Amino acid sequence: MAAPMLRWGCPGTRWALAGIGGGFRHRRGASIGSTPNPTREQSTVAQKPLHTAQKLRKGEHKWAAVVGLEIHAQISSNSKLFSGSQVCFAAPPNSLVSFFDASLPGTLPVLNRRCVEAAVMTGLALNCHINKKSSFDRKHYFYADLPAGYQITQQRLPIAANGSLAYSVCVGKKRGQLVSKRVRIKQIQLEQDSGKSLHDDLRAQTLIDLNRAGVGLLEVVLEPDLSCGEEAAAVVRELQLILQALGTSQANMAEGQLRVDANISVHHPGEPLGIRTEVKNLNSIRFLAKAIDYEIQRQINELETGGKILNETRSFDSKLGCTVPMRDKEGKQDYRFMPEPNLPPLVLYDSTTLPAGVDSQQVINIDQIRDMLPELPSVTREQLVQQYGLLPEHSVTLLNEVGLLEFFQNVIKETRAEPKKVASWVLNTFLGYLKQQNLTVSESPVTPSALAELLDLLERKAISSSVAKQVFQELWRGQGKTAAQIVSEQKLELLQDPAALEQLCLATMEEHPQVVTVVGEGGRGSRPDTFP
Amino acid sequence: MWARAVWLALRVPLGRRRGFTCQADSQGSGRITADVIEHLERLALVDFGSREAVVRLEKAVAFADRLHAVDTDGVEPMESVLEDRCLYLRSDNIAEGNCAEELLQNSHRVVEEYFVAPPGNISLPQLGEQLPFPTDSSSHSGKGIPHEHVEEQ
Repeated sequence: MAAPMLRWGCPGTRWALAGIGGGFRHRRGASIGSTPNPTREQSTVAQKPLHTAQKLRKGEHKWAAVVGLEIHAQISSNSKLFSGSQVCFAAPPNSLVSFFDASLPGTLPVLNRRCVEAAVMTGLALNCHINKKSSFDRKHYFYADLPAGYQITQQRLPIAANGSLAYSVCVGKKRGQLVSKRVRIKQIQLEQDSGKSLHDDLRAQTLIDLNRAGVGLLEVVLEPDLSCGEEAAAVVRELQLILQALGTSQANMAEGQLRVDANISVHHPGEPLGIRTEVKNLNSIRFLAKAIDYEIQRQINELETGGKILNETRSFDSKLGCTVPMRDKEGKQDYRFMPEPNLPPLVLYDSTTLPAGVDSQQVINIDQIRDMLPELPSVTREQLVQQYGLLPEHSVTLLNEVGLLEFFQNVIKETRAEPKKVASWVLNTFLGYLKQQNLTVSESPVTPSALAELLDLLERKAISSSVAKQVFQELWRGQGKTAAQIVSEQKLELLQDPAALEQLCLATMEEHPQVVTVVGEGGRGSRPDTFP
Repeated sequence: MWARAVWLALRVPLGRRRGFTCQADSQGSGRITADVIEHLERLALVDFGSREAVVRLEKAVAFADRLHAVDTDGVEPMESVLEDRCLYLRSDNIAEGNCAEELLQNSHRVVEEYFVAPPGNISLPQLGEQLPFPTDSSSHSGKGIPHEHVEEQ
């Protein structure tokens, strides 16, 4: 369908300025992949191709990869989707469980208004058509962390459908050529989360914690318009930013608030789609990209050596950097979908269809929610470009790095330097130091005020730009000195007095008469490094 | 009694509802194949137990097929007797929870406030390995992990 027909993957092996390659660590050194990734330490700025496994074979048939994503985002709400128990990340096991969540007989689901509003808001932000009537279904399967034996979801008539998400990827060898793309959204539905199971293989048992059972999830189903890991990573990052801007989900992958499954297949352009595999257990955007690229290559290798692809579910082993089949090779599940008999259809209204004299708590007005939509990341980026004259790719980086935009804006507030100058310092020097030492913006030893002061000195021409870099390095040591202090202590100021400068020049020329002759004869083009 | 229970349990998945995945139905000859039996036993964790039960099932399906005699062209299906009701929306307040002790009393085994379940992913023996009928089929203790649940490691 929409898969670009290229040498199996993306044009060029560049990472999107969506900042992959270290940009998405939520906690440094957390359990996301225990072995340090070699590429992380190499680059100072996150612009390094990560998948060196991709070898473009000349003369082979072209391959096109088709990637479809299913994203589950935990709704940011006080209580669960169908019950009044609390939603909280870390709590004593089974302490946030109501009788309904434990699926005790006689309990019934009661829909949480906040979750519906969150779903409508997300649907509107993603350009979806909001279904005025949607219904709930049961999806049956047996597993210990699903006490009821079924999950309440919205398979047939979801709350929103047919939307799109715009994102950008880098193309070409030249850094900074952004291409804007769109991925279609098939549907957005409300569903229940399951509990957590901890496998204790030693004692052949599984420990079940139902705190998470029943928490509201937004499932965003994307059409398979993507073709490589880079695109998928950019899409997920953009969705994360949107959800965070809307406040509908904190979308923190490390805490399991955002989960992504990828369906991957390869085929020759023009031929029917190949068998697809599903890859799960992806808990960071970086691993998502790696896993997808690995899987694409694996499928190509398999097919080129005459093998077959099995329709299976695979897991991503972050230590080995590859996908492995999961133990269960059952094949397609049959979920026996049926309408949820305990819930009538969900009816939404807009300003024209809103019935009169109804309790406002009991109706949801789509237009009202649309008016409450906050500024979306794409608008913020556009504004940055307009207001500060930044390049689009700079605004992308500013938004993609957590806390960087705020840092940038704080520096701007306190300095008289030009925004472009500030941007250059923030995006190159500051971000470079952060990446090199694997720090987040919040962990930076340099505060916005400190940088602002430094930039003021530079702007007043009190110091040169090379000195400024030196001072920045000093500031980074975090010894509590301000830029001005460092400059005066180490006597790094530029000489301003013309008489003193003239004196210095004459003295230099007297000490090196030969060089003066050379320059006198050569005229223009004398090399600056002849001067001590 | 037994036939009615089977009929009720199977009415939904075997019905021809719009938009739902249909079971591989061998409605043509009215016979239900061993594959379907195995599939149903695994999905619904029921035990057919005997050839007689399967025959009863086939009769039940044939009985239900008489619904096709009704002309439903242009009639919207009723999915819920509640379809005219308003779906009540609860405000987002915390009102329940904090009853771990009570809930854990329901569990046969408990380890430090966790429910204990047998390990997931015990695959059922294949049909060929089982005795055909009558069978003791006590192998319903587990099934393959459904694909949603393999993220916990």
